[in-house]
Amino acid sequence: MSKKVIPIGPYHPLQEEPEFFTLYVDGETVTDIDIEIGYNHRAIEKIAESKSYDQVTFLVERICGICSTSHPFAYSNAIDNLLEIEVPERALYIRTIIGELERIHSHLLWLGLAGHFLGYNTVWMWAWRYREPILDIFERISGNRNHYAMFKPGGVRRDLDEADFPWIKKTLKGLIPKFDMFKGAVIDDPVIRARTEGIGILTKQDVHDYSVVGPTARASGVAIDIRRDDPYAAYDRVDWKVITAEGGGVFAKAIVRILELYESTNIVLQCLDKIPKGPIETNIKDMPVGEGIGRHEAPRGEVFHYIMSDGGNGPARHKVRAPSYVNIASNKKAVIGETVSDATIILAAVDPCYCCTERMAVVDAKSGTKLMDGQDLIRLSQEKTARMKK
Amino acid sequence: MKKLEIIENIKVRSEKELLAFSEKPKRIYFTIEKSALSKIAKYLFREVKARFITASGVDTRSNIEILYHFSVDEAGLVVSLRVILEKDNLEIESLTPIILCTEWIEREIHELLGVNFKGHPNLKHLLLKDDWPEGNYPLRRDQ
Repeated sequence: MSKKVIPIGPYHPLQEEPEFFTLYVDGETVTDIDIEIGYNHRAIEKIAESKSYDQVTFLVERICGICSTSHPFAYSNAIDNLLEIEVPERALYIRTIIGELERIHSHLLWLGLAGHFLGYNTVWMWAWRYREPILDIFERISGNRNHYAMFKPGGVRRDLDEADFPWIKKTLKGLIPKFDMFKGAVIDDPVIRARTEGIGILTKQDVHDYSVVGPTARASGVAIDIRRDDPYAAYDRVDWKVITAEGGGVFAKAIVRILELYESTNIVLQCLDKIPKGPIETNIKDMPVGEGIGRHEAPRGEVFHYIMSDGGNGPARHKVRAPSYVNIASNKKAVIGETVSDATIILAAVDPCYCCTERMAVVDAKSGTKLMDGQDLIRLSQEKTARMKK
Repeated sequence: MKKLEIIENIKVRSEKELLAFSEKPKRIYFTIEKSALSKIAKYLFREVKARFITASGVDTRSNIEILYHFSVDEAGLVVSLRVILEKDNLEIESLTPIILCTEWIEREIHELLGVNFKGHPNLKHLLLKDDWPEGNYPLRRDQ
């Protein structure tokens, strides 16, 4: 049987990491994978060196269009760590609320797309519909549906209006029955279970070797979560638990994300009850020479920011490590030995950007003719599910 | 593993190769000789079971500094190993044979700052295109 090459990618401008996967397949089985990134490298770290500390907050917010607050969150933590300042209590609660609302809409987005790839378009439509109320909350709080511009070193930019709280709580509580619906559709459905359990497995050792983070690690039973391990914002002031699952396959990753929807809702509701009155920022006068490290558990895992200050107006060096940087690399382990029809969902299971998978194409390595494109691969994946339903 | 225990162990293992040490709550910085990097990284990754976060290269004008950041999750600690390289000898032992996931970041530092990682299995471009002019390093300040 002749070996085929499946290129996936390279361009998609939506998320922070356009990636290019080259799958080497022998018949139906994936035998090797080559991962290339950098097709849309925007040199954010270099640009940050020419901006002031205030401007960098807005710059890093534009790294990601889905979890746009993750980077300002980690960046603010890094500056707070550099200065060793106390952030006012009220600001800590507001930061937590924004971070968790974002996790809810990001996880819903993933669930919807995962459903679509598997041929469950109802789940896809539900996810889009029930993501909407979260964006409405953001619009009420910040005036923006995405890119909320709520963060600044030393605190937050805008206060929350207490008059909105009853409406926010009502909206969130109204979503819980919808989450139950998702849980039912994914966890209790025998076909989804059979289709996703046991594929794309990362063992505990793989999690350590590739140092993966977030739901990708927690789905292998490794309970790491920066919110609990290195508490920041108001995460140590509310009651919540780290969600883990066993198995490490695509199914386990879905379970972790679905159960985290409940935890995040729970955290926001507690914060709205407990939030104290008071100032929302600490005034920063000047920046000393030094270095700071800030971390935040984004929907996809730990975001890491390192800031080096030379006492100037902006950072002398700003290093950003997004969670997908390590998670995507682990695909090398997860996808080899699996079939092409499962590759779509496995590569999507770490929650990278989806436009790439949409652009998959099967090309005959010898003649260079196109045999299948992205639509065909999604169809292949959906057909496999349909076969199992019978 | 406790913070003090890790600090003590790294100090014992690096002996004279430890150049400086500083700490903040939950953050520890060690400056070590580059000859000690492999054994300290091995200790953190294999024995402490620390998670490798990333490495950050900085051009300080006089030198190139590389910081290797490790996370000890059960203690919520970030341990950073700082190695200072002379600009006329930008060469250091690759950690990839010990820590698989340093592969990408070493390739990144290689192309952005021009550091040569000895023993790296695949030191090709990561972010920049393959025909990027040789000897041009975007994060260097002396160019």
